[in-house]
Amino acid sequence: MVGSTNQRTNLATVMLIQDSNEDHASESFADRHASTYRTLRLYARTFRRNTSAMFGLAIVVVFLVVAAIGPWIVPFPEDATGAVHLDIKLQPPDSTHWFGTDEVGNDIFTRVVLGTRTTLQIACIVTGVAMLIGVPLGMIAGLVGGWVQEAIMRVTDVFLSVPGLVLAIAIVGALGPGIVNAMLALSLVWWPGYVRLVQAKTLALKNEIYVQAAYSIGASKLRIVFIHILPNCTSPIIVKASMDMGMAILGAASLGFLGLGAQPPFPEWGAMISIARTYLPDWWWYSFFPGLAISLTVLGFNLLGDGLRDILDPRHRD
Amino acid sequence: MGRFIIKRLFLMAFMLIGLLAITFVISHIAPTDPAALAAGPDADTEMIERYRLEYGLDQPVYVQFGNYLTRLMNGNWGTSILTTRAVADDLLLYFPNTFELVVFSIGIAILLGIPLGVTAAVLQNTWADHTIRILTVSGVAMPMFWLGLMTQLYFALYLGWFPLGGRMNMMTDPPDPITNLLIVDSILRGEFGTTAEALTHIVLPAVALCFPALASIIRVNRAEMLETLKQDYIINAMAHGISMVRIVSVYALKNAMLPTMAMIGLRFGWMLGGTVLVETVFDWPGIGLYAVQATISSDFEPIMGATIVLGGFFMFTNLIIDLVYAWLDPRIRGQI
Amino acid sequence: MPDKPILSFIDFKLNFDTFDGVYQAIDGISFDLNPGESLGIVGETGCGKSVTAKSIMGLLPSPPAEVAGGGIWFDGRNLLKEKSSTLKSIRGNEISMIFQDPMTYLNPVFTIGKQIVDVILAHQKRGNHGRSLSSKQAFQYGMELLDKVHLPNPRRQMKSYPHELSGGMRQRVLIAMALSGQPKLLIADEPTTALDVTIQAQILELISELREQLNLSVIMITHDLGVVATVCDRVLVMYAGQIVEDASIKQLFNNPSHPYTRGLLQAVPDPAKPNKKLKGIPGALPNLLNPPIGCRFQTRCSSASEKCTRMPALHEIRTNQKVACWNVGTA
Repeated sequence: MVGSTNQRTNLATVMLIQDSNEDHASESFADRHASTYRTLRLYARTFRRNTSAMFGLAIVVVFLVVAAIGPWIVPFPEDATGAVHLDIKLQPPDSTHWFGTDEVGNDIFTRVVLGTRTTLQIACIVTGVAMLIGVPLGMIAGLVGGWVQEAIMRVTDVFLSVPGLVLAIAIVGALGPGIVNAMLALSLVWWPGYVRLVQAKTLALKNEIYVQAAYSIGASKLRIVFIHILPNCTSPIIVKASMDMGMAILGAASLGFLGLGAQPPFPEWGAMISIARTYLPDWWWYSFFPGLAISLTVLGFNLLGDGLRDILDPRHRD
Repeated sequence: MGRFIIKRLFLMAFMLIGLLAITFVISHIAPTDPAALAAGPDADTEMIERYRLEYGLDQPVYVQFGNYLTRLMNGNWGTSILTTRAVADDLLLYFPNTFELVVFSIGIAILLGIPLGVTAAVLQNTWADHTIRILTVSGVAMPMFWLGLMTQLYFALYLGWFPLGGRMNMMTDPPDPITNLLIVDSILRGEFGTTAEALTHIVLPAVALCFPALASIIRVNRAEMLETLKQDYIINAMAHGISMVRIVSVYALKNAMLPTMAMIGLRFGWMLGGTVLVETVFDWPGIGLYAVQATISSDFEPIMGATIVLGGFFMFTNLIIDLVYAWLDPRIRGQI
Repeated sequence: MPDKPILSFIDFKLNFDTFDGVYQAIDGISFDLNPGESLGIVGETGCGKSVTAKSIMGLLPSPPAEVAGGGIWFDGRNLLKEKSSTLKSIRGNEISMIFQDPMTYLNPVFTIGKQIVDVILAHQKRGNHGRSLSSKQAFQYGMELLDKVHLPNPRRQMKSYPHELSGGMRQRVLIAMALSGQPKLLIADEPTTALDVTIQAQILELISELREQLNLSVIMITHDLGVVATVCDRVLVMYAGQIVEDASIKQLFNNPSHPYTRGLLQAVPDPAKPNKKLKGIPGALPNLLNPPIGCRFQTRCSSASEKCTRMPALHEIRTNQKVACWNVGTA
């Protein structure tokens, strides 16, 4: 904004020359914290104005709630544990079975709802593990530099040169199908992204004046890391993590679809679609609803991530 | 420029070795004892030990890796249990199909994505922009395999506009290979009927495959155009009366293309991964389907072979994208 | 009998609609520019001089900029009321502008030659010069222009990229581009601020030379009184969106009349008087979201009084000197 920055610059310049005896104690709490207050107001307004981000947040909240209380609200809880009702198998959606029934007569709505928990668990674990490996490695690479940095970045580059899903399939192929192996595979595919992000940011921060100043007055490296570098990395990491949740969900569902992830009768969306595929086209609802659930969840996380990026990354603010 | 290419090729070779190291490590973390696997299900302990010696499986790791590299470079990529052919032969057979699918797909993504991104930027905040943005946001969220299934259901089964899957109808003979690329060959041989048929078969899988990439490209291009249009040199061009059409399509676009290229590269990687899914849905005889079938049957060599091929393809494409990047941005050209 | 002015601002007001409120950037300024004259606009950062210049050509994005009143008359037309197509034909042809930072104002991915040729061809499309140039002819003309601004080896420069040129050379390129349409008025927005002092002198000399050769009228925007003293005939002193003094160079430096102008001159070191004590102007720029009513300098003026809540008009206190202050001359 034109006025305020120049105001501050001019004020500084004039105060250098002026010989006044102004008393600053008379400033109120509001005056002193005016700029923080304004920043918070700006964040809130940007987020609120961003209808898609609010929409994303709403979707994510709904799914979190469903994941949490799922088992208690489903209409047919016994269907998750392998109950079989062959008499009502493959029925189209109606008022009792909102999403229809599958080939063993289980209520698809129940299974989709319960799949929420599975999916979110997988996504959180994958993203979490990826961050746990990637962030420290990235910081070490950025701070230490030299051959350590080279080594870490080269390994990262090689991992990133293989298309993610392909590598995941290779790993699952070696270890055998299963939900744990799928999670492991996906984590191994994901951590390089965090290394790159954190390394770049650390490198940039390392050269910031305030870090060099802290270093020159004798602050320990550890202190610099935790007080100066880590807090400044958090916003890009948060943005990336929220975007990654969506991709992790897609990855888990993809592996499930290929039969490499959660195994039936586990209620996982991708695995459900894989079985549902054999019942196309006549019983289309079986494939449709789990896929819709996947799309909506990923959409929610993506919108949320976009919104977070809008408020946390000033370059995107107008 | 030539020096740049050579430098990058060296780098690529190095990365390929790294990739091979990864596949080597993966193949050795397999719980099944490789010697037992090689010896077969009826072998007893003595036979397994003999196999171990014969295949050098008792040697230290780096020697084994050396053997592995040598073996690969000699063209021995193992045998597929499922197809009983040499993996190398299988890969050569299936790769062109994946190549055509992917090229077609990324072509759609670029040819549609860039104009749509520019349009959305120029018409910012109008209904056109909002529609495009809604499409892009959902496009990235939809699972490729589900999109494939749904389009297959609707456009192929219900409307009958497209075939269900595969590359060609059952009865049609493929053209005699020149490049091994089916569509290209059919054009070169003048068999345009075959070309048309192949094209109808490629549409649905290509669309399902390209959709997330298309969405991403539109988003990045739009964002970059908006950023670029705020730059000072655009104001300068306006101050000299240059028409907005020219400003947008030439002055701004060339600058906006740079990050777009980066996104195209990134998304291409996801697309290669996505071939696994789309080829499964549409029964497309490519490397993806090959790898999936191998994985389900625990047929190990093909999985590694497919990983190497797809990884190498990705690296090569990245090299090309870097070259295009340098061609677009003279500042980078100067540093090469 | 003075010529009719080539450019006239009449009570021009401009606001910006921002996150924090309505920012009243320009508060009713009026001045004339005579043909062939070189007019300087000085003031500290944020006083509105750049905004004024950009308003002439309609280069301010609107929103957030909004004209709140008055008119800008050029060649008998009110530019604020003209269609955008007319404005576009004026830009570069009759009025040209050069900017502060030549690096960011040149497109980094195209050669200098392409950018100049594009500008030349854009001008001719407006049908202003009767001749229709081919690209080759435009290229020729481009090289002539580069020669005119004293760029060595024009042919090589045409094939270069902006990042391969030095700051001074880039600014010369921008000047060449500005002259390609043979404008009557050249607006220079802090053209030397981003350059070294030695290059600064060269660029200013170039502008003076071109002005004489081509009989250009020039508006020179700067915060540097030294620049003004070198190249301008007349000066406007702006403060917080208002014009406080309008004087010839001689009058301004010999008889600074407005309290702000006096303060400015007192803050500038004088090499002839090394022991002169520098006095700053106490206080700060007013917040233009909520500006003081009337004269905006009153909060810092030692002779402010009740009547300052009504903005005084610019009135002539001597030949070639107008001041907007109740306390100077006859009100």
